[in-house]
Formats: sequence, structure tokens, C-alpha cells
Amino acid sequence: MSTGTGTPGIVFGSRRSSGLARTVLPPVLLGVAAILLWQGFVTVLEVEPFILPGPFLIGEQFTANLQNVIAGSIVTGRNALIGLVLGAIVGVLLAILSALVRIFDEMAAPIVASVAVVPIVALAPVLYTMFGANAETARQLVAALAVFVPVYFNTLKGLRMVRPVHRDLMRSYAASNWQATKTVTLPTAVPYVFTGLRIASSLAVISALIAEYFGGPVGGLGKSITSAASSSNYGLAWAYVLGSIILGLLFYSAALGLEKLVSRRAPTV
Amino acid sequence: MTTAATPVQHAVAVTDVSRVFAGRKGASVTALDAVSLTVAPGEFVSLIGPSGCGKSTLMRLIADLDTPTSGSIEVFGKSAKQARIDQDYGIVFQQAGLLPWRTVAGNIELPLELHGADKAARRERAAELIELVGLTDFTAHYPDQLSGGMQQRVAIARSLAESPSLLLMDEPFGALDEMTRERMQNELVRICAETGAAVVFVTHSIPEAVFLSNRVVVMSPRPGRIRDVLGVNLGRMSDRGENLREDEEFFHSVSRVRELLHGSTPTGARGVENR
Amino acid sequence: MTQTGTAPARPAPAGTVARGRSWLGRGTPRRILVGALGVLALALLWELYILIGPADGVIVGGVTVLPRASEMAMPHLWVMLERILEPVTGSATAVPMWLAVLQASLFTLGISAVGWIVGVTVGLALALLMQRFTLAEAAILPWVILSQTVPLIALAPLVRRWGAQIEFGAFSWENWMSVALIASYLAFFPVSIGALKGLGSPDANHVDLMRCYAVGWWKTLWRLRLPASVGFLLPSLRLAAASAVIGSVVAEVSIGLRGGIGRLIVEYAGAAGSDPGKPWAPIFGSILVGLVAAGFVGLISLFLRRFRRGEVAS
Repeated sequence: MSTGTGTPGIVFGSRRSSGLARTVLPPVLLGVAAILLWQGFVTVLEVEPFILPGPFLIGEQFTANLQNVIAGSIVTGRNALIGLVLGAIVGVLLAILSALVRIFDEMAAPIVASVAVVPIVALAPVLYTMFGANAETARQLVAALAVFVPVYFNTLKGLRMVRPVHRDLMRSYAASNWQATKTVTLPTAVPYVFTGLRIASSLAVISALIAEYFGGPVGGLGKSITSAASSSNYGLAWAYVLGSIILGLLFYSAALGLEKLVSRRAPTV
Repeated sequence: MTTAATPVQHAVAVTDVSRVFAGRKGASVTALDAVSLTVAPGEFVSLIGPSGCGKSTLMRLIADLDTPTSGSIEVFGKSAKQARIDQDYGIVFQQAGLLPWRTVAGNIELPLELHGADKAARRERAAELIELVGLTDFTAHYPDQLSGGMQQRVAIARSLAESPSLLLMDEPFGALDEMTRERMQNELVRICAETGAAVVFVTHSIPEAVFLSNRVVVMSPRPGRIRDVLGVNLGRMSDRGENLREDEEFFHSVSRVRELLHGSTPTGARGVENR
Repeated sequence: MTQTGTAPARPAPAGTVARGRSWLGRGTPRRILVGALGVLALALLWELYILIGPADGVIVGGVTVLPRASEMAMPHLWVMLERILEPVTGSATAVPMWLAVLQASLFTLGISAVGWIVGVTVGLALALLMQRFTLAEAAILPWVILSQTVPLIALAPLVRRWGAQIEFGAFSWENWMSVALIASYLAFFPVSIGALKGLGSPDANHVDLMRCYAVGWWKTLWRLRLPASVGFLLPSLRLAAASAVIGSVVAEVSIGLRGGIGRLIVEYAGAAGSDPGKPWAPIFGSILVGLVAAGFVGLISLFLRRFRRGEVAS
């Protein structure tokens, strides 16, 4: 019977090494097998690199252009990080406001729901016009908007998760609103905020990257990918893609680590 | 402290209290219908009855977690709201309601913290209470590391933190198995003997009500009313030990309560005191 | 038995909100009204900023932190509205802007729908596989999660190239299919995760019950696991719809697909200097596409209401 996953995340059990082997080994084996198959396919069928480069070629290009990949990663990564921080702060603050002021919550609900389903990157061109096509601001804002949505929803959920028995307890202590918030509401909400951050982390990277397609200054992985692709250097394009994957993983792992750290003592789950 | 008007102040005085919940589409539920009850200082009173008889509602009204639709409630001569603000009572819920991110000590210190006690005083008081409930080895543990019975012990210790003269307990042992339950009852009796607090105790269990109480209030549902009140003559708190459950008088009291619950007049002498 | 949830007396301390004012009414009409109020508030904020904001924006340390409030950069709302009603270009054969945007929106919506259907199918299939075989879950799930870190959107031109190689008889790969493929790539992820969670969600008691009835895996799936998974599946379907739309729009830009709203966004963006209202029309179009996609999933959830009883509002 399946164990049924609660949080998607690579779990490194604190148990013995056999637990570790069981968790890490199957995906790693599958991955290695897939790479070998891929390389085999490319070599045996003599597929041209401009159609599908083999993994070894990509690895070659990656190491050869490491400096450029890193430079691009720093630009995109910085935009993603700024967007992440900005979106998270605004998301948490507005969620707190929504939890406190019902009318605000009702006004915000349809707007945030719409932002969630709308392609935010469509705003990229007008943002470039508003903030200047030479600035990274537009990309950071796109990332921030993408981050805002999951952080807002998850924080709001967490703020509403206070158990009735804890609410009664605070009332029996004649605790002031602020005391109740500090003692019960905020600690209950914290794990949810970090869940929202985890979801938002890879979104931030991808949004920052895609925003580069719609214009803006040179620099950043998105721009590098498109320029490599347009000069038909697909091995290089894939190398940049690899760089973006690593960047996304970095953000995700950091957020996941933070979440695991904080949610040790979650009231629910 | 006595006033000139009343010679002995009641711990709890419920006068003609009704609580009606408005339901959807006009249907309403009368959880309590003109209920009156008094609890003397230091007295242990149990509320027992089938589901829907309003015993938990009554306790919540006394705790000012809810307001009566009509009638009045006085706790130590003040309104229920004032008593809550003055922190005259301690409360224990059925789910222990411990904060999972605080240790045992942290949970017990919670009310002291909220009401401005300084760190040293808090720590000392918490240590005292932890010893009272016999959990000294678990001071730094978190609730998820404790069993249900232990969590309830922490909840009880927490309720005693500010040495209240009234304890309100809503089926605190309801989620425990029978053996643990009996052990906890023994503990509670001992604690009550030491602190001398009045107790309003909600329960489903007849033996539990009889073992712990000075009086048992039998309630009936739809609408919630007090059917009868039975005095339990099994001695003072400090005299009630484990062997009490084998006592003949204990079995008689249990039978009488059971008869009252079923709505028939109990045979034999019954000690109903209307104060 | 504590009546913790039923007593509606006074508002509890912090973290919860006061009761709504009855003068605004209750229920759905109220929500629509307040929602409209929210949009109105946003519009007012926009106009207010145009009124009081500096034409060059607020620049702190070389970085523009607040946007330029000029007519070119931030046109008035009525300018945008007017522009939508006018023809796209000055030429005699040009159609009104709103018509062009609507057509493009429908085009993109169609592609997103195809992508969504494919993504949902693949996602469900993967989830079923992972639910059935624990080994499959252990091996595949991390890769599913990792798949979302690959910006396949970035490789849209490559996808088109691969597609160009595919030709069986009468069937040949068209550009829009590349877009749909990318949309499905984005859509399959939330569905596979949500479906897996949902399929594993039934009570252990219920699973044991099925076993007592000597019911096989497929029947258990149909009678127990799938109904139980509806609550988890619906938010995932909504997310998948949104992702499919985003994937379509961006892939259209990457490939340069004619007829879609993505291409319009980039095309009209170039006119920002002379025609401030123009870039905004396709934005409204893409908002429309997103909302319609979400609305469609909303309809599905309405249809599946029976399976959501006992679900706590998230």
C-alpha cells in the first residue's frame, strides 16, 4: 500500500542508512538509467545536436562555459531572490490584513484568485515600459507577483487554522487580542508561511527567467538561452537550461530546508 | 471576605439560565432551559447526562465562553465576565489544548506569562505544579512526546497555575482509557484535597461522577434541564482513596445516579440538598 | 462533548474577523458587490498614481522603484478602453482591436484546453502508477517534482524542431501542437501531485473494508480512491488550467505562433512609444483566457459536488 505523500519533497529520513537508500536510490537509479538511454539514443541513431544533443555534449558545453552560466545565474537568481522577498513580505502582510479585516478579505479574494489564474508574464512588456527597459525591476516584479499568490493563500490559511480549543483557552485567560495573536495565532501560522515559500521558491526562478523573454536588458539565463538557440548552438542552450535547473533546485532546497526546520512542532499535520 | 448581605458567598450561582441557539431556517435549539444551580466554595459538583443535555454549554456559560440568552450567572459574587477578567477560575478542556510548540514547563507557565509574572516566579510556580502532578522528569518535553494521560496532567497543572478558587473541567478524562482514567481520578481527588478549590466537572461516566463529587447534578436533554441533584456521602476529598470504588456506599450512589438518569425515582434514602 | 464550534456568541480574540455588516447584504450578491468594489479600488489606485506620481518615476539609488506616471507609460483607463474599440491599425481592412484580441484569446484558449487535457491525462496516469507501485512512487516522484524546475518553455523552439521531424502519412506536426505540448508539460505536474495525494487519502478503515469485501485494486480505485481524491484533484485541476494558459502564452512568444494572444502581447508591446493603450488590450485578453479556464474548472467542481461533502473549506 502506498505510503501516500503529504508534502512533496525529497525526504532524508533521520533513521538508518537503509531508509536513506530506499528514498534516494530508486530516483537516482532511474535518473542514471534515463541519461544512459538518452546518450545511447543520440549516439546510435546519430541524432544531430541541433535536434537533440546528448547529455555528454551538454555536460561538455556546461563545463566549457561555466563562467557565463554562473554570470547568467547570478543575474536571474538575484531577480528571483528580490522577487521572492518582496512577494513574500507583501503576501504575508496582506494575508494578516485579510485575516483581521473581513471587508478587505472579501475585496481581495476575487482579485488574488484572478491573479492566480492569469499569465502574469503578460504584464512584462508594460512593466518594462513603466519601469524602464534597462532596469531589472520589471523582472523582479513579475517574480514578486508570482510569489505573492501562494504565500498569500497559505499564510491566510495558516492564520485561520487556530484550533477552537486554543481560542477558548486564550479567552479564558482574558488575554488581549495582541497576546492571543502572539501566543497562538502566529505560531500556528508560521509553518504554513514556510509551505507557501517553498511553493513560491521555484516559481520565483521560472518567472524571473521567463520575464527575460519579453524584453529588458541583456544578462540573465533566459536571454542567454534565447541567444544560444537563435545562433543554433543548441548544446550551449541546453547548458544554460542546466544552469537554470540547478538554480531552481537551489532555491527549492533552501526553502524546503527552512520549512522542515520550522514545522517540527506544527499543531496540525 | 464576606459582605454584610450574604453570610456565605457561593462559588458559582446560576439563576434561571437559558441558552437558545438559533439554527438555520428558523429552527432553534434550546440547549438549556431555566437552569438554576449553586456551588459552594470548596465543593466538587459533577454535571452528568446524555448527549445534548447542555452540561458542556452550562460549563462554558460559567466560564464566560458564551453568554446566556436569559438568566444570570455569578461567580464569587461577580458577573461571569468579571470573574474571567479577574482570572478567578482555571479551566481544563477535553482535548488538553496544550500548545505544541511549548514544552511542558512552557505550557504551565503560559497563564503566568500572559498576566505579567516575572521569569523567576513563573519558573518556580511551574516546577511546583509539575511536581504536584508527578511529571518532574518531563519538564522539558514537548506535548507530542507525551501520552494522552500525561497531556491532561499538564493541562490540569496549567489550570492550577494561578491558584484559582474555582476549577472548570469539561470531560477532561473523556479521551483516556479506563485504567488511566481511574488513575487520573485518584490524582485529581488528591489535588483537590490539597488546593481546596471548588470544582464544576462535566462527565459522561457515572462512577467517575460519584467517585469525585460532593454532589452530582443529573441533567436531561431536549431541552437541557436539571432533572435532579444527588448528594454523595462518601467522605471528604482527602479521605477518598482507591478502595472507595469497592465500597458498598459507592455502589449505592452509582445505582441512585443511574436511576435518576433513567428518569425513575431512586429507591432508598436519597440526600438531596437544596441550598 | 464540547460545543467548541457551535457557540456563536462573541467574536474570539485575534486571528478571526468580525461579522459582516448586514447593510451590504449577505451571500453571493454581497460577494459580487464587494468583489467589484475591490476592482474599483484598484482602478482608483491606478488613476490616483497617474495623478500624483512623478513622470519619471521614483528612482532610488539608480533603481526605479515606483513606475513612471507619464501618459505613455501609464495610460488612463479610459484611454485603454477607447483604444480597444478602435481598429488595430490605420489601414482600411483593420478589424476593431477588441475583435482581434478576442479571436486571439479564443485561439490560445483552444490550445490551452488541448494542453490541459493531455496534461491531466498524463498526470492522472502517473499518479495511478505511483499509487499502485510504491517503487514507482519512490523512483518517479522526485523526478516529477524536479521536472518543474526545467523551464521547458525556454526550449519551445526545440520542441517545434522535434515536432517538425514527426510525420506519419496525413498527420504532420503543426506549430500549435508544440505550444500545446509545453502547456501540457506545465499542467501535468499539479495534477500528478494532487491526484497522488488524493488517491492515498482514504481512511485506512475504508481501505480495510474494501479488502474485507475481497475487492480488487481496480474496483477499489473506482469505488473508493477516485471519489476520495476529488477534493484534492479539483484545486490541482484549477492550477493545471492556470499553468496551461501560462505555458501557452509564453510558448507562443517563444515560437512566435501566429494567431495567439502571446504573439499579440509582444507585437503590440513594440507600439508602446506612440500608442500607449495598445499593449494593454492583449493583457485584458489573456486575463479573459485565464478566467474562462478557471471558470471551466469551477463548473466541473460544481458537477462533482456530491464527492466533496464533509470537505473543510480550504
